Amino acid sequence: MKKVLLTLNVNGREHEFACEPNALLLDALRVDLGLTGSKRACDDSSCGACTVLLDGTPMLSCALLAASCEGQKITTVEGIAEHGSLAAIQKAYGDWGGAQCGFCTPGFMVTVHWLLEQNPNPTEEEIRHALSGNLCRCTGYTQMYQAVKAAIEAEKKGIAHTAERTDA
Amino acid sequence: MIDNFSIIGKPIAMVDAAGKTTGAGKYTDDLTLPGMLIGKILHSPYPHARIKKLDASRALALPGVVAVVIGEDAPNKYGILPVGHDETALAVGKVRYVGDNVACVVAETEGIAEKAMELIDVEYEPLPAYFDPEESMKAEADLIHDEKPHNIEKDYHHVFGEPDAGFAEADEITEGRYIANEVTHAAMEPHSTLASFEIDPQTGNPGRLVVWSSTQVPYYLQHKLSIVLDMPMSQIRVIKPLVGGGFGGKSEVIPLEIIAAVAARKAKAPVKITYTREEVFWAHRGRPRTVVDLKTGVKRDGRITSVAARVVQDGGAYCSYGVVTILYSGALLGALYDIPNIRYDGYRVLTNKPACGAMRGHGTVNVRFAFESQLDELAAKIGMDPAAIRERNLLKAPTITVNGLRVQSYGLPECISQTVTRSKWRERKGKLPRGRGLGIACSHYVSGAANSIIRSDMPHSTVNIKIDRDGGVVVYTGASDIGQGSDTMVAQIVAEVLGCTLARVKVIAADTDLTPIDIGSYSSRVTFMNGNATLRAAEAVKKQIVEAAARRMQCDAGDVLMRGDCVWRKSVRGETAPDANAKSAAMEQSAPTASGRVEGQILRGSVQQKRKEEIVKDQMSFEEAVVAAIDFHGALTGTGSYAPPPEARGGKHKGAGVGPSPAYSYSAQVAEVAVDEETGEVTVLKIWAAHDCGRALNPVSVEGQVIGSVWMGLGQALQEEMVWKDGLLMNPGMLEYRSPSATESPEIECIIVESVDPEGPFGAKEASEGSLAAAIPAIANAIYDAVGVRLRESPFTPERVLAALRAKKVGAKKIDLTESVDPTNPQAFREHGGALWYRGKGPARHASDAAVAHHKGAARGNSSRDSRERPSAGGDD
Repeated sequence: MKKVLLTLNVNGREHEFACEPNALLLDALRVDLGLTGSKRACDDSSCGACTVLLDGTPMLSCALLAASCEGQKITTVEGIAEHGSLAAIQKAYGDWGGAQCGFCTPGFMVTVHWLLEQNPNPTEEEIRHALSGNLCRCTGYTQMYQAVKAAIEAEKKGIAHTAERTDA
Repeated sequence: MIDNFSIIGKPIAMVDAAGKTTGAGKYTDDLTLPGMLIGKILHSPYPHARIKKLDASRALALPGVVAVVIGEDAPNKYGILPVGHDETALAVGKVRYVGDNVACVVAETEGIAEKAMELIDVEYEPLPAYFDPEESMKAEADLIHDEKPHNIEKDYHHVFGEPDAGFAEADEITEGRYIANEVTHAAMEPHSTLASFEIDPQTGNPGRLVVWSSTQVPYYLQHKLSIVLDMPMSQIRVIKPLVGGGFGGKSEVIPLEIIAAVAARKAKAPVKITYTREEVFWAHRGRPRTVVDLKTGVKRDGRITSVAARVVQDGGAYCSYGVVTILYSGALLGALYDIPNIRYDGYRVLTNKPACGAMRGHGTVNVRFAFESQLDELAAKIGMDPAAIRERNLLKAPTITVNGLRVQSYGLPECISQTVTRSKWRERKGKLPRGRGLGIACSHYVSGAANSIIRSDMPHSTVNIKIDRDGGVVVYTGASDIGQGSDTMVAQIVAEVLGCTLARVKVIAADTDLTPIDIGSYSSRVTFMNGNATLRAAEAVKKQIVEAAARRMQCDAGDVLMRGDCVWRKSVRGETAPDANAKSAAMEQSAPTASGRVEGQILRGSVQQKRKEEIVKDQMSFEEAVVAAIDFHGALTGTGSYAPPPEARGGKHKGAGVGPSPAYSYSAQVAEVAVDEETGEVTVLKIWAAHDCGRALNPVSVEGQVIGSVWMGLGQALQEEMVWKDGLLMNPGMLEYRSPSATESPEIECIIVESVDPEGPFGAKEASEGSLAAAIPAIANAIYDAVGVRLRESPFTPERVLAALRAKKVGAKKIDLTESVDPTNPQAFREHGGALWYRGKGPARHASDAAVAHHKGAARGNSSRDSRERPSAGGDD
């Protein structure tokens, strides 16, 4: 298939590149742009490991054509960190064991980031519901809830970026 | 050993956590090399067939296709076990399951490779196929592997103590058949391998091979690659990048790992192969469908007198870890409770399905489901509390069990009492409203196998440490972090021993060129074995630093303490690390010397500093002590290795090599469930899980591992199942396989029990597998408590629960949802499938086997009940 020229706005930066018109956004991100944080894990759009934000809404990048995302703002896991350091949720996932093997983690980061933007003070039920589109095989999710709650607390205290890492 | 640790026992983030949460960490599929090609594997559409013709010329003619690899390109056989070398990279002459590997196309892009696969012409001659192990065992001709008569991979018949006398002594005996259907790891990361040949500097031909792979066992991969490619191991480098979960699915050499290397050789370019999710299901190596015919006898006071088990595992088309799995199933009947007499008959049977292998709780899970369910039945028969009957049968550690397993630390009593207390078992058991129930069960697991797969006296783990003048501590360990946190464990142990901060420690892991040999991440061996090797290496380095520091401080080595990045004289400054002020003064005093002085010359120091250095101190910074040690000893390095002690290596009988471990973890769990009698749906409300991990080196990680394994057990208990139809997997996707999502996952409360093992590093044992098995029977027992039906076939889906409830109702018409029978009394696999073709009778059948009853011409239900009342006759002949 003949390639077409695309311009995608990813994490605030414009990328111009050629790709096949039937290429998935996930493949464009991973292969053409080298943003390998988004993961391919299920092939049937059921696991959420490839979740990105499209104009602020979480979407599965394995179920989108790259060519259909022109003109929209794409945020991948690489764009979640704040001012070059870990966002509260990223630090909390590390501290509370929300990430074990880490393969599903990018999807969770994007989803939780969205959740807390929408609803800075979610109930446990709302957290569960928000996470139910992302699969994890390591954690049983329990420590993820603790991490999300810790991140909310940290955001409230505004100490997310100043707190010392416990392991440093 | 000090009990007052600075880093051990503290909840800390994994050292690689930030790489995972930012997406910066690299997994195999994230890697690319210049000129890299993509490989795609063509799979067999037949469960059992001869390959009559394979013509790839049309595929090769497609622009962008570089090579097509077939079985004849690398016909050497390999397999993870020395006794099970029955696989080839790609099929040679014959395919043995739907999804078997036939050819591999190497092309410039994935799209071209996929197109080319359609252009490969393969002519198959279908052969009779076997899907049910009981049928497969009757096979005389058209065997799956010619050298395995009756398609039996291996059978074992063990007798410990006097089982018959034990049963004669019993007041109550229960017999039953339990079936656990097949499950798979479904790790989030699909397997991926990137293989590349370096240019030979002398000839310009392909020289050394470098492989990046999602593996739990880099050194085994190196070994198998050397067998298949006919290359010396020293010419092969295996690197493990981040691995996205394994659970045993990456604990052996998976076909794509070999195929990628063969393809890179043929295509003369780097080749990457990444499985699709469907291919991951075909690669499988999961937990086999298992039929357990179990018989247990107890005295009226609850003491177990004897256990007899006949276990048949549906192993799939290749050996894989099968011989080990079937041995674990029998061996780990011991070491949990005090059982004086055991008879075990295990059959590992080949069928035309993807190979089963090692999965979390390897070999023990399905038998534990049967045993703990039956113990519950016996408790009800003798009118004993299910928690009390477990407490009645505790081991008296330290001890050696009847089947030769050495138990030293034994936290099971506390696990039981903790879960009973936390769940308010005594107050609530039997008093919940109908439809709500509580169930208890226990399990255990090895902390690494005491005997490695390849029998030898070599250490199971070796670790090197190097410290340079910059004060950076570099640890070289072969331990493979697959998400369980072994890199963090290694860093913690080193930092604790050397009394330095965690930030100083850099872990280089799992690279066969750089790191000394470690046999891999499986059988929960890493913390115990690699941890011990790390501990020894760190102590070797510490000894050198302490000696040099003592010399500098003009004191005895015994007077030197290292902690909090400080080295000081105990007799002058006391036991605790110098306080912050004193430390900063010490830093000030010593800072210039950290720049480093090499023998015979001063690098950045000055004569003035040198003089300063000569002042006798009573405290030094870590860097200063390191520099002193390097000046005194030369290079500052240390090595430690670990091999399990001979006393832990088990008995002498055939198959005694599997089961022994230097230490066992213990778990007790209480599950609370709600059962909807209208829909049959079981909801697990909460699980209390107490796990004896010896010592929790990192409590966050231990909790994560325990909760993760209980959760995986819950998946197997309620919804996960591989459904087969004539050898074709009906649910090869995450959606259909039904891995539990956040909304289906209950609260799991983890209670850490620390028995402090005498041989574990700081007393630690395993934490990642032992809790899985108990979850399934705990839930089964809770269902019984809730609605009074005993489910003997997992998973306990709404269909099975409904069928069981219905079967209990007087006069209700039986519903035959599938070919299955009543799930409270299962006789055959749910999807029977059967052999397309068989002759002869096969080996002795168990008396309660439906097929035996059928041959006798009696009605199925009646005869099986009859046979149940007879003492177990068949099995061991």
